[in-house]
Formats: sequence, structure tokens, C-alpha cells
Amino acid sequence: MNGTSHGIIAEFDTPEDIVKAARQAWDKGYRRMDAYTPFPVHGLDEVLHFHDWRIPWMIFFGAIMGALAGYGLQYYISVIDYPMLVGGKPAHSWPTYVPVTFELTILFSALTAVFGMLMLNGLPMPYHPVFNAPGFERASSDRFFLCIEATDLLYDVASVQKFLSGFNPLSVNVVSEDPQGVNKKETA
Amino acid sequence: MAIKPDNLLDPSAGMLTGEHTYETVTHQIGSIVLNQKSHPRQWFMMALIGFALLNVLIVAVLWLLFKGVGIWGINIPVGWGFAIINFVWWIGIGHAGTLISAILLLMRQQWRTSINRFAEAMTIFAVMCAGIFPLLHLGRPWVFYWLMPLGPNILGLWPQFKSPLVWDVFAVSTYFTVSALFWYVGLIPDFASLRDRAKGKIPRIINGMLALGWRGSTRHWQRYETAYLILAGLSTPLVISVHSIVSFDFAVSLIPGWHTTIFPPYFVAGAIYAGFAMVLTLMIPIRSWYNLKDMITMKHLDWMAKFMLTTGLIVFYGYLTETFFSWYDADKYEGFMMHNRMFGPYAPLYWTLLLCNGLIPQFLWSPKVRRSIPALFAIAMVVNVGMWLERFIIVVTSLHRDFVPSSWGMYVPTMWDWGTYIGTIGFFLFMMFMFIRFVPMISIFEMRELVHRKNSNENSESTGDVR
Repeated sequence: MNGTSHGIIAEFDTPEDIVKAARQAWDKGYRRMDAYTPFPVHGLDEVLHFHDWRIPWMIFFGAIMGALAGYGLQYYISVIDYPMLVGGKPAHSWPTYVPVTFELTILFSALTAVFGMLMLNGLPMPYHPVFNAPGFERASSDRFFLCIEATDLLYDVASVQKFLSGFNPLSVNVVSEDPQGVNKKETA
Repeated sequence: MAIKPDNLLDPSAGMLTGEHTYETVTHQIGSIVLNQKSHPRQWFMMALIGFALLNVLIVAVLWLLFKGVGIWGINIPVGWGFAIINFVWWIGIGHAGTLISAILLLMRQQWRTSINRFAEAMTIFAVMCAGIFPLLHLGRPWVFYWLMPLGPNILGLWPQFKSPLVWDVFAVSTYFTVSALFWYVGLIPDFASLRDRAKGKIPRIINGMLALGWRGSTRHWQRYETAYLILAGLSTPLVISVHSIVSFDFAVSLIPGWHTTIFPPYFVAGAIYAGFAMVLTLMIPIRSWYNLKDMITMKHLDWMAKFMLTTGLIVFYGYLTETFFSWYDADKYEGFMMHNRMFGPYAPLYWTLLLCNGLIPQFLWSPKVRRSIPALFAIAMVVNVGMWLERFIIVVTSLHRDFVPSSWGMYVPTMWDWGTYIGTIGFFLFMMFMFIRFVPMISIFEMRELVHRKNSNENSESTGDVR
């Protein structure tokens, strides 16, 4: 069983409890862990020492690409490929390029924001072992889960279970790596 | 449902009334989608009306494609007519959605939580309705892609980037794309909630696919919130730019009454004004049909009414400025345009417009009117009409009296104009009621946050600790 377990998960009732448990778990030296909550619980990311700075920079890069694409497109069309004399104005009349450049800046940044966020989060990911945790369907409603993963250096089933039970959680369970249905078939 | 005056000072009071927990908000909002039998009779009535009118749209569009734009009332000198009036009207209605979801998020206005999803859906469908009009007005809608810089067309030409009409293509398509993305990103955690609660196999699979495997991990939430906030920051200048560019369609031209610098801010304010009126028009009946009075409280209606009053005053200021400048710039044509608006053949519409947008909304100064549901609904309807009349006046009165009297004309919409217009209202209603049925109409995870905030406020009040 040891090789097929994803980790040990504890279920809590309130956001305050899970923040407390996560903080102590970090202090105890556990590193490979994640919390699953029905809404963003503020402070939890700090307790788990997680902050991803890449998204703003990716979006900034997207914005620059959008601006260059917008301006470049108009410059190429109106100056290089087919200059057209309208009202005696110069081919390169930059003020008229501002609106389209602006719109494409926003468009590229927004696309980067959404798809960058999904990519870094590894979504879409239809299957994840944590869904095997009993009662995990309530993680999207009113329960708060803290999972210490089997890849953690200090991971040991008995000690982790004892540690998590110390917070009086609603339940503590071993999360199996495989869907339970598959395991049952193998044993049957 | 009276609000105590001292509550008005507390920003979080009155936004969620009744006893609510994480579970009850999830259940109450989620079950509207999951329990398909829960829908009131009014849903069928409204969806049916929407569907019937949608068919009118289909007939009107097919006949237009067959015969051409000659079936409309447009002529020379009034080449724009209903198509542009309705385009501007619809796109304006969409703007309240972005304002509520993005600008109020940046301002940390928590009251947006119970109305943002609904208003964003409104934005998306309103922009769809708006987009139909300029496309049909092209005359040959099947070559609409010539508007895109996809390469030189068969004449070797590209779009003309010195024209605001091309800016419009970019503005509106960007606006639609970004609004749809923003809406979907907000929906991902809620689809996950529905996936986890769905009883049947098909809803579980569909919601599961839409949720993309969302599991509420803290790492995901952190990136999610960063991206969502930046999206809000991007949407804010976007929404202002879109209606400014729409106003450039008019303001960059040399037509009297259009060629004014007040147009961009006055159009943006008008858009928000019209949008809030439409949110109220739809929200007032729906909150009562679906028993959402705990979540969409009198306080929400009150604040939306105040927004309407504020933006309405800005719009009214715009009317006054227009009138002032038509006199002050001493231009013969500008002066004649304003005189013609006030006393010409369309004068009754102009005075009705001032009544609808200028005078009647002033009743909203009274708290009693703001908290009376029938009065608020009536005023919102008046503003919907008023904002439509505004666009009619802007488009038609400036065009129908050309510079030379020999080119003067009149514009009278035909039944096909009306059919297309009413048809888009049907499309909008139909889509809104489909949305209510199949997508959670209030953001569930943000409501849970609101419950959390409410709980922790109450705890800190009882224990006296300051957060």
C-alpha cells in the first residue's frame, strides 16, 4: 500500500482550523503538502510559503507582445504593404494607431492571464489522486482539507496520522494513488 | 425589509441577510442549476417569450440576407438608422456588467459579489446582440471578414486603420473575448462545486469537463486570484476604451452634433447608466421568482439605484454641454442642429428623452423611491427607453438635416427594423433565461467568502478583538 498512497489528508470544519494546522505542519518540517478549500482562504498561501510571481510577469510579457503586434500590424499594412493617401495625412500617422494597439495589448494580456494561469495550475487535469479522499466532494462546498503528501521527506504514515489527529480534525484518511474502484477490482 | 440607517455605514451589513453557512449558499445557488424541476412557471413564460421573439429575429435576418438593407428604413441622408442606434444601445447595456465585475472588484466593493455573475452574463449576451447590427448593416454580411486584417482582400486592400469603424471591430471583438474569459474564469470553481454535488451522470460529466479538474488547491487559488485581479485591472480600461471608441464613430466625423469632444466620457457614463437600468430590470423579477432576496438584498438595489442616479446626472450634464456648445461655438450648422432637435420633426422624441433620462430619475434622490420595488422597476424601464431614445436622437437628428436643404430627408423605421430590434431583445431574454437555468447565476465561491467574512466580523464583534 505504501507505494500507492498519495498522502494523508485531514478534514476541517473552519478556515481558522486549517490555517492553524498548516502553520504547525510547516513548523514541524513538513514541506510537500497542499490545502484544498472551497474558497481562497487568506493566509493559507503564506503559511504554506507559496507565492507564484510568474503570472504578473507573464501577463506583462503578453501585454508587450500585444502592443508590438498591434502597432506592427498597422505599420506594416499602412506604411509598407499598401500606403494609401487619405486627406493628405502621412502613411505613418501614429495617433490613429493608438486604439487598435491598445485593444490588442489588452487582448493579448487577458489571453495570457487566463491560459497562463491554467497552464501553471496544470489544468485541465481531469484526474488527481486527491479526489480519492473520502468526503472530498465537500472540498468544493464547506470542508477544508490539508494533505501531507507521501513524497515529503519526513513522511511516515503513523507519525503523520498522529500529528494530524492532534488538531481534532473531522477525519484523517490515507489517500490512495489509484481510484478506489481499480484497487477493488485488483483485490477481487 | 427596511434598512436601519446605522447599517448603511457598515460596508458588510445588509449584503447577505438571513442565516447562511457555506453549505446553505452552495445549496441554494447550486440547486437552481442541479434541480431542474425547481424552476418557477415564470421561467417558462420568459423563455418562451424570448424564443418567440428570437424567431422574429431569424425571419428578419433571413429576409435581410435575401433582399438586402433596402428592407430597412435607411436612406440617404440617414444611412445609419436602427442598426447603429441598437448597436450603441446594446453595447452600452453590456458595460454595467464589466463595471460591476471589474471596477467594483478593484475598489473592493463586496456588494458586487451577489450580482457580478449575472451582470457579466448580461454583458456577454448584450455584446452578441450589439455585434449583430453592424454586421447586418454591412450590406454584404458574408464578407464580414474583410474587416479583419487577414491579408489583402480580392482587391488587394487591407482594413483602413485611420477609420474609427475599424477600431470598433477591434474594440468590440476584444471586449467580447475578454468578457467571456473573465466570466468563464469566475465560473471554474463553481462548476467544480456543481460537479461534486450533481446526482446524475450527465450533469456530473458536463460540469466536470467545464471545471477542468479544479480541486481548490491553495497553490491554484493563489495563481487564480492573481490572474483574476489582473483581468479585472485589464477590463477596467478596456470597458472605458470600448465605449470611447464607439463614440469616436461619431465624434471623429464632421457631422454637426457628433463632432464634439464631450462624446467619449458622456458615452461611457450613458453606457453604465443604461447597463444598471437593465440589471435592475432583470434582477428585480428574478430575485423574487427564485427566492434570492437574502443574497440580492434591498441594499444591492439601493446601491444600484444610486449608481443610476450618479451616471444619469453625468449624462444629463452631457446634454446640457451639447446644448451650450451648439450656441457658444457660433457655428451655423451646430446651432441649426440643436434648434432642429428641440423644435424639428423629431422634437417630441427629444423632449421625451430629457424627461426619461433627465427628470424622472431624479426621483431616486428619495430613499423611499429607491427602496420601493415597483417604483425602482418603473424608473429602470424609463431609463431603458430613455437611453434608446438618446441614441435615436443622436443618430437621426444629426443626419436627416444634411448641410444642404436639397439633401434633407426623414427616417422612418420599417417593420423589418422593428423586427430585428425586438428580435434581439428576444435573443437576449432567451439567452439570459438559459443562463439562469444551466449556470450558477451568483458566484458561489465568492458568496462563501462573504459568509466567512460575515462570520469573522461577528466573532470579532462579540470578542471585541480588532482585525
